[in-house]
Amino acid sequence: MFSYIARRLLVAIPTLLILIVLSAVLMHAAPGGPFNSERKLSPEVIANLTAKYGLDQPLWYQIWAYIRDLVLHFDFGPSFKYKDRTVNDIIAQGFPVTLKYGFWSFIIATVLGIVAGVVAAINHNKATDYLVLTIAIVGAVLPGYVLAPIMVLFFTLYLGWLPGGGWEDGEWRYLVMPVLALATGYIASIARLMRSSMLETLNSNFVRTARAKGLPEWKVITGHVMKPALLPILSYLGPVFVGMVTGSVVIDMYFSTGGIGKSFVDSALNRDYSVMLGITLLVGALTILFNLIVDVLYAFIDPKIRY
Amino acid sequence: MKKQLLLSTVLAFGLTGSAFAATVDPADTLAETQSFSFWLLDSIVTLDPQLIESVEDSDVARQLFEGLYTESAAGDLIPAGALEYTVSDDKLTYTFKLRPEAKWSNGDPVTANDYVYAWQRLVDPATASSYSWYMELMQIENATAAIAGEKPPTDLAVKAVDDLTLEVKLIQPLPYFVKMLVHASVLPTHKATIDAHGQSWTDPGKLVGNGAYTLTEHKPGEKAVVTRNPMYWNNAATVMETGVFLTVNDENIAFTRYEAGELDLVGIPTGMYPELKASRPDEANSAPRACTYYYLMNMDPEKGVEALKNVNVRRALSFAIDRNIITDKILESGQIPAYTLTPAAMAGFTVPPVDYAGMTQEARVAEAIRLLTEAGFTTENPLKLTLNYNTSEGHKSIAVAVQQFYKAVGVELTLNNMEWQVHSDIMHERTYEMARSAWCGDYNEASTFLDLFTSSSGFNDVAYANADYDKLMADSKTMADPQANYTMAEELLAKDMPIIPIYHYTSSRMLKTDIKGYPQQNVFGNWYLKELYRATK
Repeated sequence: MFSYIARRLLVAIPTLLILIVLSAVLMHAAPGGPFNSERKLSPEVIANLTAKYGLDQPLWYQIWAYIRDLVLHFDFGPSFKYKDRTVNDIIAQGFPVTLKYGFWSFIIATVLGIVAGVVAAINHNKATDYLVLTIAIVGAVLPGYVLAPIMVLFFTLYLGWLPGGGWEDGEWRYLVMPVLALATGYIASIARLMRSSMLETLNSNFVRTARAKGLPEWKVITGHVMKPALLPILSYLGPVFVGMVTGSVVIDMYFSTGGIGKSFVDSALNRDYSVMLGITLLVGALTILFNLIVDVLYAFIDPKIRY
Repeated sequence: MKKQLLLSTVLAFGLTGSAFAATVDPADTLAETQSFSFWLLDSIVTLDPQLIESVEDSDVARQLFEGLYTESAAGDLIPAGALEYTVSDDKLTYTFKLRPEAKWSNGDPVTANDYVYAWQRLVDPATASSYSWYMELMQIENATAAIAGEKPPTDLAVKAVDDLTLEVKLIQPLPYFVKMLVHASVLPTHKATIDAHGQSWTDPGKLVGNGAYTLTEHKPGEKAVVTRNPMYWNNAATVMETGVFLTVNDENIAFTRYEAGELDLVGIPTGMYPELKASRPDEANSAPRACTYYYLMNMDPEKGVEALKNVNVRRALSFAIDRNIITDKILESGQIPAYTLTPAAMAGFTVPPVDYAGMTQEARVAEAIRLLTEAGFTTENPLKLTLNYNTSEGHKSIAVAVQQFYKAVGVELTLNNMEWQVHSDIMHERTYEMARSAWCGDYNEASTFLDLFTSSSGFNDVAYANADYDKLMADSKTMADPQANYTMAEELLAKDMPIIPIYHYTSSRMLKTDIKGYPQQNVFGNWYLKELYRATK
């Protein structure tokens, strides 16, 4: 097991290096540059800017210098757009925010999604099943950018219960709407996935055997059905977790949380190469890490899997 | 020999205006909590005055730093860091007497050297400021050479004669030079702080400013808070204790948060102005802004469109657009139909009655059809053009309307939207046919618009080159009253039609009725927190 984990972590290094090179090449291939402005800047000003940010160097050198600073100093470089901030500053400020609302959204989405899925599957083709399915479909088709303004209108303006945006270091009143808005869509997907996975497991031979030997239904469910039914959910949850904790542009936009999701999208639009690369790397590293965690968890849940 | 000029007028502004600080109306009682919450659409990019490019960053920086002059609601200059100035007979040397009691927020006195440092910093290639050209625009000696790295920034002709005397040398007379001093780029900065902290000097706690407020909190993308600066020279007259700048990226959410009492001032979302003006006239306001929206037509000798090199085609394309429909039916916030580049809102500028502005829309359309037919384009053989615009619902609605207007005169317009970075690249490279563009003035004088389309201008993305126009603008720089030249320049633009002016912007905002002293009429949206106060409702 440990050698497996070590091997996977070692493979992550070339993966991340390839990610850096690919992202850098793609970014520079995109039309437009970080210093575009309303006014066509004079060649001297452009020269000063490109020299300051090292863009006058050949691309291979820029990539090499980037990797060097990253490895030696853990320095992601300066932002090309936010000129008094570095990429480290931007991540240090924004990532804890998204980590917090992403984490809570994940917990809520997972717990509610799984419970709803299980309830629906056990009551297959009964009223409860249809109710859960309907709610799940509504949740899945309501995108965050529709849900968020409705929530602000309802909770802030009509009820006056919650502030309409802001973060205040994640104080709970500021956390509620971002978490609900982000979690809703995921609750729906997890519930549907859990339901179909449960149904499939309920129809398998070993469940029939368990029932045949006279086990009470609750024992069949908890002892035999749950574990195998959770497996497909688990592989889905890895990327979902990464997606949630690396932020959502919709949440950051509508709730002014100052999270990293908006920074990521802005960096692409602004051609802020260093910020784009920094957050890409963060997402990449987290994806690798959580896929590994999921794989390890698999081994615990599924006796057929051994590393 | 130097003579006193303008001094008396400048002082008079200061005395008549409300201007130095909050002037509380005797009829008002002050509210217990003096705090003002202002909406920012985007997160703050930078608070470093020499690096600032956006209006919103300037809104915050104006509270933290104070330049030589500030501006009243009407756009008049008010002495701030400077007390007065004199100008030499040849109008090339300006000497400013600085305010002796002015202090930085750490207690250091503000000296002429702080201005010298900031201005040199603006042109220094090491700073790499996108606004370094502002020093060239101000015609300061050696600015161009310093930006190009041919001379050291210390050669910039800005000199501290003594601690309280600042001397600036220009390469040519510039009647509106002093008006340019309101801009964020020329705000003074504190050298010791920048040397000590480097790039991060604008963080709360590190930032040292000379404005009426200091930065106490900054969470990018969420909010910034400024608090009264006890070191400010006129702190005794400040009423507002804190200013809160909330970033809300969506105008509708911002409006909801205004309704919920979280914001004191917001922009009015598109389409809501008429209704709000009718139902809540005390809060809704729309005032002209120093910006113009226009379409470019590419007539670059090599990369331009053949048909667009024909002046009659360009005029026809301008005539065919019904600007009133765009302002009254699409934008609906009091925007002003534009037939000239320069908005009427610019101080001292009278919009000349250019020929096509006086025609009825029917007459313009008839003329457009005649001109196009003459140029060989009819409904059977339509002129086909592509209009580029940067992705936005607003630009799209206008483009769709224009597409319809053009259809009526037999022009097939293809709409092509793209992200801003690509759009601006294509405009500057002149590889487009028609393109949406706009400009907001940098200072309150018509040349901030008219200079855009001289043949050597960095904004001239249409390749307009008219020697007469260039001469009119060059001559205007030394005239006591350049209006005659500006009139002729606008008439030339209407005749040659290198661009199609569409509308002049307005700022339409909702402001809580208990906030007093906000300069609604200022065409740049320049406001100073120190002049506001909150009355009891």
